[in-house]
Amino acid sequence: MNTTSIMIVGVGGQGTLLASKLLGNVLLGAGYDVKLSEVHGMSQRGGSVVTYVKYGDKVYSPIVDQGEADYILSFEILESARWISYLKEGGHLITNTQKTWPMPVITGAMAYPENIAEKLSAMADVTAVDALALAEQAGSAKAVNVVLIGVLSRRMDIPEEAWLKAIEATVPSRFLELNRKAFELGRNA
Amino acid sequence: MKKLMLGNQAVARGLYEAGCRFVSSYPGTPSTEITEQAALYDEIYAEWAPNEKVAAESAVGASLAGARSFCAMKHVGFNVAADPLFTASYIGVNAGMVVCVADDPGMHSSQNEQDSRHYAIAAKLPMVEPSDSGECAAFVGEAYAISEAYDTPVLLRTCTRVAHSQSLVELHDRDEKALKPYERNPQKYVAAPANAVKRHVVVEKRMAELAELAETTGLNRVEMGDTDVGFVTSGTCYLYVKEAFPTASVLKLGLVNPLPVQKIRDFADKVKRLIVVEELDGVIERHLRMNGIRVDGGKDLFGPLGELSQNKLRAAMGEALPKFVAYDEAVPGRPPVMCPGCPHRGLFTVLSKLKLTVLGDIGCYTLGSGAPLNAVDAVLCMGASIGMAHGYTKMLGEEAARRSVAVIGDSTFMHSGITGVVNLAYNKSIATVLVLDNSITGMTGHQQCRTRKPTRSASRTCAVPRASSACAWWTRRTWPPPRPPSARNWPPTRPA
Repeated sequence: MNTTSIMIVGVGGQGTLLASKLLGNVLLGAGYDVKLSEVHGMSQRGGSVVTYVKYGDKVYSPIVDQGEADYILSFEILESARWISYLKEGGHLITNTQKTWPMPVITGAMAYPENIAEKLSAMADVTAVDALALAEQAGSAKAVNVVLIGVLSRRMDIPEEAWLKAIEATVPSRFLELNRKAFELGRNA
Repeated sequence: MKKLMLGNQAVARGLYEAGCRFVSSYPGTPSTEITEQAALYDEIYAEWAPNEKVAAESAVGASLAGARSFCAMKHVGFNVAADPLFTASYIGVNAGMVVCVADDPGMHSSQNEQDSRHYAIAAKLPMVEPSDSGECAAFVGEAYAISEAYDTPVLLRTCTRVAHSQSLVELHDRDEKALKPYERNPQKYVAAPANAVKRHVVVEKRMAELAELAETTGLNRVEMGDTDVGFVTSGTCYLYVKEAFPTASVLKLGLVNPLPVQKIRDFADKVKRLIVVEELDGVIERHLRMNGIRVDGGKDLFGPLGELSQNKLRAAMGEALPKFVAYDEAVPGRPPVMCPGCPHRGLFTVLSKLKLTVLGDIGCYTLGSGAPLNAVDAVLCMGASIGMAHGYTKMLGEEAARRSVAVIGDSTFMHSGITGVVNLAYNKSIATVLVLDNSITGMTGHQQCRTRKPTRSASRTCAVPRASSACAWWTRRTWPPPRPPSARNWPPTRPA
């Protein structure tokens, strides 16, 4: 059975839900059966946020288990460390290098781990980008999600026009130019 | 036309297509989006009720009036609505009535993981259980058909993974239903002992007829494959079975109360091993054992805790798991915290510094229990802070009353805290109650609260007086409250 699994992980408020919606639109446009799964509730409160995107001829389970993700798209480097065990053998991790301190680090109860990107690179196939810098270059820090979608798009066998069409269908028209730019910056990163 | 939809959005679509006219709910994760989405259809009147009990009673009234009606709640919300729904089972319906109850295995955002299928059995109500968004929309229509054919409210059970997953839904036009004329029938609708004795007979006959339906309905389907193992399953577990064992034989149950007997027996006869896969309690398994159908694996393999997944199934069945790598350092967790700028942060900081005993409640401010605030001693259920504070201070006296407070949000106060205040007044309590009034239902994603804002479909509404003034009578009797230790400027100025 040919099902491809993507996990989008990050911190509440980073725009992961819009990224999964965009990805869903791209995959639907390409004619796949698609399932998206997310957990609401805690997402607005700085919690760890996970969205599963699965596609293929026929998708059953909406969730991705350990060792099953073809791609992990991570919005925050600590979240990459947290979820790396979900990557399939031979899968690919795309990670933002941005750091957002969790509460145990803010209160001094724990330290934020060092050199995460290097350690992960030794374990798996990793692309690390500073998506925040690229998003700011595109015009808004909020475009981190579309920058990362741009990075992912290079790895997937779906034509560029399909991605651009889905961006058009997903983001408000007044932010379209900004998001197109963010996508291109990510795609060429 | 097919559309990618959230399970909850698909339930709302199903309501629209089935000609539903009336929706009343109280927000609760993971059921909330159903009512928000239903409100987007002009043909449906949708509102937020102060609690699940009122929502269910309103849906019964709308059904009597001849409109297809609906309410949605989370699993613990059913505890609040149980009183009207157990007897709604006796009086039946005029137009169809469907109640969605959304379970939360794994407790993503709940205080327990009770299995609502027990309610269907106890209240003698039929229950359908969809697996994905497509079935969410379709099963709403099926539920209304059963409701009207068998004169009963019907329960629609979802869970977090069904409610908050998106999959494809085939869209249909709305089947507009004229209001069914109301006919006065006290023998049916007045649940007094003399009538209810006779209605109980009707209920038992109805359940027997529904058990016959369970044998033939398309909601329960057999997918024959390899006959080495046959799985009996329902809801989201069906998807995990298909993912982990794509070639196995499966009996997928869509009507989970009442369950078929012969259909399961026939399926069991065709397979070598019969495995029951269900999250939480062994409801299907118990049904099989009770009817003398052999079970080769069930709760002994999967246990009663949390969510299942394809890997958990593989592991329990002795299959190899996919390989993976793990990060070898401790990764700091990311517990949810109160939003930046939230005034509750300041309040809990003070409560924590004063080292008071804080009887908390359900809502954002439950987060006051977490680090670094660590300010909450106990949380039970919606509205319980006030009752707990009453019992606590009654037993421990004035000194404990000085060192303890109940803390409750405005939406929770309107939900079921207000009766606690009536009790404080009547039983001359010395407890202190803090109502954290932000005029919104915060935790579930900012639904309007009865303290101020308009409800869903109604563009204008009359606001219930602020939660604080609802306490006025009690505070007049008991003001000033006992002085907490080391608090300056106490007592505060008497409220107007």
